[in-house]
Amino acid sequence: MTLDALIRMANQIAANQAHLPPDQAASQVAEHLRLFWTPGMRQELVAHAATGADDLVPVVLAALEQVTAAVPSS
Amino acid sequence: MTLLHDPDLGTPAKSGDSTVNVVVDGIEVMVAEGTSVMRAAALAGVDVPKLCATDSLDAFGSCRLCLVEVDGRPGTPASCTTPVAPGMSVATQSPKLQKLRRGVMELYLSDHPHDESGCRPKGGCELHDLADSVGLTDVRYGFSGANHQASTTDASNPYFAFDPTTCIVCSRCVRACDEIQGTLALTVEGRGFESVISAGGLPFMESECVSCGACVQACPTNALQEKTFIELGMPDRTVKTTCAYCGVGCSFNAELRGDEVVRMVPSKEGGANEGHSCVKGRFAWGYATHRDRVTTPMVRSSFRDEWREVSWDEAIGFTVERLRAIQEESGPDSIGGITSSRCTNEEVFVVQKMVRAAFGNNNVDTCARVCHSPTGYGLKQTFGTSAGTQDFASVEQSDVMIVIGANPTDGHPVFASRMKRRLREGAALIVVDPRRIDLVRTPHVEAAHHLQLLPGTNVAVVNAIAHVVVTEGLVDRDFVAERCEPDSFARWEAFIARPENSPEATEAASGVPAAELRAAARLYATARNAAIYYGLGVTEHSQGSTMVMGMANLAMATGNIGRDGVGVNPLRGQNNVQGSCDMGSFPHEFSGYRHVSDDAVRELFETVWGTALESEPGLRIPNMFDASLAGSFRGLFIQGEDIAQSDPNTKHVVAALSALDLLVVQDLFVNETAKYAHVFLPGTSFLEKDGTFTNAERRINRVRPVMDPVHGKHEWQVACEIATAMGYPMDYDDASQIMDEIAQVTPTFAGVSFDHLDKVGSIQWPCNDAAPEGTPIMHVDGFVRGKGRFVETPYVPTDERTNRKFPLILTTGRILSQYNVGAQTRRTANVEWHEEDVLEIHPHDAEERGVADGTWVALASRVGETQMRAQITDRVPQGVVYTTFHHPESGANILTTEYSDWATNCPEYKVTAVQVRPASVSDPAHATEPVEAAT
Repeated sequence: MTLDALIRMANQIAANQAHLPPDQAASQVAEHLRLFWTPGMRQELVAHAATGADDLVPVVLAALEQVTAAVPSS
Repeated sequence: MTLLHDPDLGTPAKSGDSTVNVVVDGIEVMVAEGTSVMRAAALAGVDVPKLCATDSLDAFGSCRLCLVEVDGRPGTPASCTTPVAPGMSVATQSPKLQKLRRGVMELYLSDHPHDESGCRPKGGCELHDLADSVGLTDVRYGFSGANHQASTTDASNPYFAFDPTTCIVCSRCVRACDEIQGTLALTVEGRGFESVISAGGLPFMESECVSCGACVQACPTNALQEKTFIELGMPDRTVKTTCAYCGVGCSFNAELRGDEVVRMVPSKEGGANEGHSCVKGRFAWGYATHRDRVTTPMVRSSFRDEWREVSWDEAIGFTVERLRAIQEESGPDSIGGITSSRCTNEEVFVVQKMVRAAFGNNNVDTCARVCHSPTGYGLKQTFGTSAGTQDFASVEQSDVMIVIGANPTDGHPVFASRMKRRLREGAALIVVDPRRIDLVRTPHVEAAHHLQLLPGTNVAVVNAIAHVVVTEGLVDRDFVAERCEPDSFARWEAFIARPENSPEATEAASGVPAAELRAAARLYATARNAAIYYGLGVTEHSQGSTMVMGMANLAMATGNIGRDGVGVNPLRGQNNVQGSCDMGSFPHEFSGYRHVSDDAVRELFETVWGTALESEPGLRIPNMFDASLAGSFRGLFIQGEDIAQSDPNTKHVVAALSALDLLVVQDLFVNETAKYAHVFLPGTSFLEKDGTFTNAERRINRVRPVMDPVHGKHEWQVACEIATAMGYPMDYDDASQIMDEIAQVTPTFAGVSFDHLDKVGSIQWPCNDAAPEGTPIMHVDGFVRGKGRFVETPYVPTDERTNRKFPLILTTGRILSQYNVGAQTRRTANVEWHEEDVLEIHPHDAEERGVADGTWVALASRVGETQMRAQITDRVPQGVVYTTFHHPESGANILTTEYSDWATNCPEYKVTAVQVRPASVSDPAHATEPVEAAT
């Protein structure tokens, strides 16, 4: 996948949950990624977050922590 | 099947519970109060002669042929305009009546081609048929008196001709244009003997006529006649089938002479169209036998090579060998498929099954990704299922309609005619659209409010409407308390009441004056029945899904769900968008909108299909493009779609297609996408298909073949052969077995079968034990998900912004005569109406740039540049330009960007920042073609 696209998509999903408290927003984003993204896409973004990425908004970073457990190991 | 004629009962049916008993020629019949004597007679099996009457039009009483005698009443009243009365006894035949009718017919015949050789083709003239039926051969008045027999034929329309010599000026054509189509293009000019039918004094082709064919359908003589009918003569058999253009899903009687289609006649039995049609379905079917059709499979090693014609076996072997090699090298997830909304449910179901079961992954998506995927997401979140709530007939009970981001008179013309009929009866209309669509002001119709918002601000507007509803006490509290989740409503109510959602606050972003928005909101919320109709102007935005949920919130808050006249209604673009989505084409869902991670559902499919299935979502179309460029996705099967023309950011799409190791395209023509393909598999036109389409009102219609596939294979057979060669045997005797399997695994289709459809005509899903005859209106007693769910819908502006370099917003749409990427309609005479895409630009914007009407302009966005002619018009507001995407030469999607809906990745076609300047050369070839491809 193109990492730029994943970053943009994830941040956009988070922007549309910005009306929620951050923990709820993170849960919504995590649920969305689980329901609609392939494991590979999730995995790639998780790996990117693990590098200390500063291009993901905090809600996405929190969401990725929630999906990490669900991401199958490669 | 022999040639069928829909029965004509003379005058329209009357509704109501009260009935009247009458006797016609000694036969007692019970009919609804208000029914005409003519219709009562027809229902009693008595045929009353008529020329000016037909049951699709109000009675007119001009031809004087339908005279009858009524016991106890003087004279011989016209049966078409005489309503029945209790105990009435009618005689339709008597020496007196016969004499009167013969006299009238003699007058007609005296100014009519006096033998059928002058009134061609034989069999198409009701006047001659009537004369034959009463044995009238001589005309006392002769034929040498003043007459119209020297009049010339108007053959300007490519599809039909008007021959005044055979016209009896019965006004059926004029009334059809008024009452059915609602265009009012025709009139009777002159008085008395001078009376002639006129298209406003112009040739038909230059008039306001939209070529819907209603006049041709209504004409009782050969005055208005299809040119194919004139050329080929009387058809001798009928095949009932369904149009393959837009999501209205009109039923047609294909009339053939031998194996040749003579004409497509809209069927009165069609639940969607009830005998009406548009220029595409009625006339633009010639593409099916166009010389460009490819009927032999072709392969090539590289898309830069020339095509090589091969046998089906070699093409399928070539495909499978490469697919297997890719999977061996790059894993099972490295290939996938895209299904088409132009194909039947059965064809789509088989392709998604091929991907899930034979390819072994969920990398299947559908072209609905780029149109109505937000509808699926938004309506499922709020109502519980991905479908419009109403049938089309529901609009006849609407008192207020909101049309948002749709242009029904162009995109869904047959439904638009229903809308216009109701609007002429007095219903109010609110249009929410950046562009002044025809519905805003059209004959006898004028919108109460046109909220001319800036592209990209739909959510701000719907929130503001809801804000008025909530803060002005217009919520239907009883409906909400009974039918909706209290917690989600409370959260939504608090959210929507915030000051930032007020019309005054949103005006700056949307450009919609607060006072007008408030008035529109009050009109919608206080109507007895208010309905929302919407199109791609809602979905194709970065907040498409949010907007769908915003409209669902609004309908629930005002109690406008669950009965006739209300609802939230997506107008689907292609003929089988609803069906392709229903059939499990999305990468996260099986048929019936059930997630692949649902163990019980997946186990059902695994049991029926006999193989293990993936529990994780697959790639969406945009993900496939990205993965192709990254090298992890290498093989793609595309069923009947032209993504190189239809999908956004053409440069990106073409780069992704070019990077594939195997691209298989199944289509009628070598389209733009096929230029990058390695395998071309011939597809079937709708005239060859055997299956079903599901229209925008969830109506499942049969598509019956009028001819065998020209290349010998149905599309589903090809998918089965690929799957089988991949090691997963798939086999069906015929398409009905595929529908049986769909019904087996899909609860909402449990009661659907070809046999059932053949008996009842059409069925609206859900169709199961609870609703064996289908479900015209959804959510009547409760929502599919139980209680309706309100979802907060914050307005998040798109990232696509205008700036000094790209100061205008481009938005795109469709035109009446062309369809989607034009692959079909560009291969018909419809090009006479629209031979190229043009750029609509406001006079002020044009003047600022030195652009003259009709001249070439260069149109640039941050991703590409193209050229087209300018059309200066105030239909578009200042700052907004508009074009269509029907022609590859201009390639509107060269300009559109990668931005998409946050929830579904539906592309944001409707908002692209652009600049316009006069073109330096008048060459429409676009400058950004990234790859030279062999064709």
